[in-house]
Amino acid sequence: MSAAPVALDSLLDQRRVWRGQAESRPATAQPTGHAALDAVLPAGGWPEAALSEILIAAEGIGELQLLWPTLARLTAEGERVVLVAPPFLPYPQAWLAAGVDLRQLALIEASGRDALWAAEQCLRSGSCGAVLCWPQQADDRALRRLQVAAESGQTLAFAYRPLREAVNPSPAALRLAVDNRPAQLRVLKCRGGLAAAVPIPLAARH
Amino acid sequence: MRWACILLPQLALDSVLRGRADPDAALALISGTPQRRVLQTVNPAARALGLRPGQSLGAAQALSRDFAMLEYDPARIERAQQFLAAWAYRFSSHVSLHYPRCLLLEVESSLGLFGPWPRFEARLRDELNALGFRQRIVVAPNPAAARMLANVHDGLAVDAAGLAEALGRMPIERVGFTREVASAFARMGVRQLQQVRNLPRESLAKRFPQDVLRHLDTLLGERPLALRCYAPPDRFDVRIELNFEVESHQALLFPLRRLTGDLAAFLAGRDSGVQRFTLHLEHRSGEDSSLPVGLLAAEREAAMLFELARGRLEQLQVPAPVQAMRLVARDLPAFVPQHRELFDERPQQSLPWEQLRERLRARLGDDAVLGLGAVADHRPERAWQAAPVARSETLQQEAPRPAWLLREAQPLREFAPRILAGPERIESGWWDGGDVRRDYYRVETRGGQRAWAYRRVGDDGPLQLHGWFA
Repeated sequence: MSAAPVALDSLLDQRRVWRGQAESRPATAQPTGHAALDAVLPAGGWPEAALSEILIAAEGIGELQLLWPTLARLTAEGERVVLVAPPFLPYPQAWLAAGVDLRQLALIEASGRDALWAAEQCLRSGSCGAVLCWPQQADDRALRRLQVAAESGQTLAFAYRPLREAVNPSPAALRLAVDNRPAQLRVLKCRGGLAAAVPIPLAARH
Repeated sequence: MRWACILLPQLALDSVLRGRADPDAALALISGTPQRRVLQTVNPAARALGLRPGQSLGAAQALSRDFAMLEYDPARIERAQQFLAAWAYRFSSHVSLHYPRCLLLEVESSLGLFGPWPRFEARLRDELNALGFRQRIVVAPNPAAARMLANVHDGLAVDAAGLAEALGRMPIERVGFTREVASAFARMGVRQLQQVRNLPRESLAKRFPQDVLRHLDTLLGERPLALRCYAPPDRFDVRIELNFEVESHQALLFPLRRLTGDLAAFLAGRDSGVQRFTLHLEHRSGEDSSLPVGLLAAEREAAMLFELARGRLEQLQVPAPVQAMRLVARDLPAFVPQHRELFDERPQQSLPWEQLRERLRARLGDDAVLGLGAVADHRPERAWQAAPVARSETLQQEAPRPAWLLREAQPLREFAPRILAGPERIESGWWDGGDVRRDYYRVETRGGQRAWAYRRVGDDGPLQLHGWFA
């Protein structure tokens, strides 16, 4: 009547039983530095060698503070961080106060398609730790190029775009929206997991 | 010592063909007086049309008109020889152009570095093919024997023991005797060199000029041959003449790739790099357009030099069609290879930052790639500089500074923003003319943006937006 008991381990070893939830997640080498954000991202940090898109409602709502811990960590490790065509001048004292080593920082002045080209070159070269860009009229094709370049160069890529682009699909591995009222982060898309439905309140800012 | 002879059977043709984008098109080199022009050399495509060397130009044009003509230019051949000598100088310190259309290299002392001879030979052939020169390579214990064996053989390597036998089988008319001597031997019934060696020396000395015995001894290595060794020049100056007037950048890229490739080969031979070179574009009339290319550090990689020159060439407005292109490099500093880790953290093929920076500068302009440095000044517009500093020094500031600074302050379009902190008085610069007296506030707009804005002291106007706390 009752079959002989079978040890669960032997079934698992034979691969006849599939265990759904992996027990431990692979730890990423690129934590964001924000514990609440790390907790909801499937890799526990920025997707490595991929494009992350940061959609911002406006300037001055903490969009750089989101990246500063990462940039500080990368520059301290001796990696180079490139800002391709930033919209404003970086104020050195503020970046220093955030812990970013300015000697590892490079700024590239370009506009339009040249900026996209420069960002792609930097990503593809593999000699940078992170590349930040502010694409103006980036279509799906341009973003896909950036994504492929980030993959081939094994480099972190960040693209800042206005929040209204959130309705358009994007090939980026991670899409984060930064809202101003209320100040919060929303994960719109993340590769390798479901996007967290609950927004993350932004930490108190100075 | 072992000598390699690299015979260049088509030097005149190759030196022309390698500068052309379509080497398979029919081409004939013309020489002779204006009254009687004859075909000096033809390439296989032209040969297929029925053209032969020695034909008169009239006869050739009666056969076909679909071939390009170019003057047979001894100076160009000489330049090609000099270039090849410079190329060969990387492989051996004894390079000689003793025989025309032929390179002599002492290879035994180079074998330790370039591997056993078959590998070394394959490398020589690969590089010559890439440079666009057909070749025949023979190795022998002495240069004269190597040169004469190359007349008949290709890829032969003989040592001292096999030399006498290899030479003995050579036909008498191919071992470098003058035509009279060779025909005299032939009439005597002597067909191979071995038969000459079997003849008694005294009778040879009696019947033939003294050069004959001397040449025979040189071939067998019993008498040394004094060679003039090649010494590389101190500058690189190569010109490629285009066969038609070129108006587009695209058509200039092929000769440009050749020139930069030649420059890289030359630099590798001298073990130096190039920091500054000039590209001259020659026009039919008027001044040449010159295009200086400057690098931040000495480099010598062919692909990179091409990429840089191309980036600048594409931005150049050429006033007239281009007839010829010339690359001049005078400043050739020592090349210091970049320090690399044995176990690189980035295993994939990566482009070093220095090369990336040059590529960006080449396309975007010399000032496009900047650093960032902090300057100890309270005035925001003077608190930064576009180059990194060794140690960033900052003032002791209690109040935080914004992440973004606007280049020009602009009126803050916001009615009654919420003031978070301030005012902070910044008053400085009365000594250097950049006098500022401002009260800075940290404000929050209705949209939740945090801004850094100021009002001039004694001014009641709207707040001036100067930065964002991003």
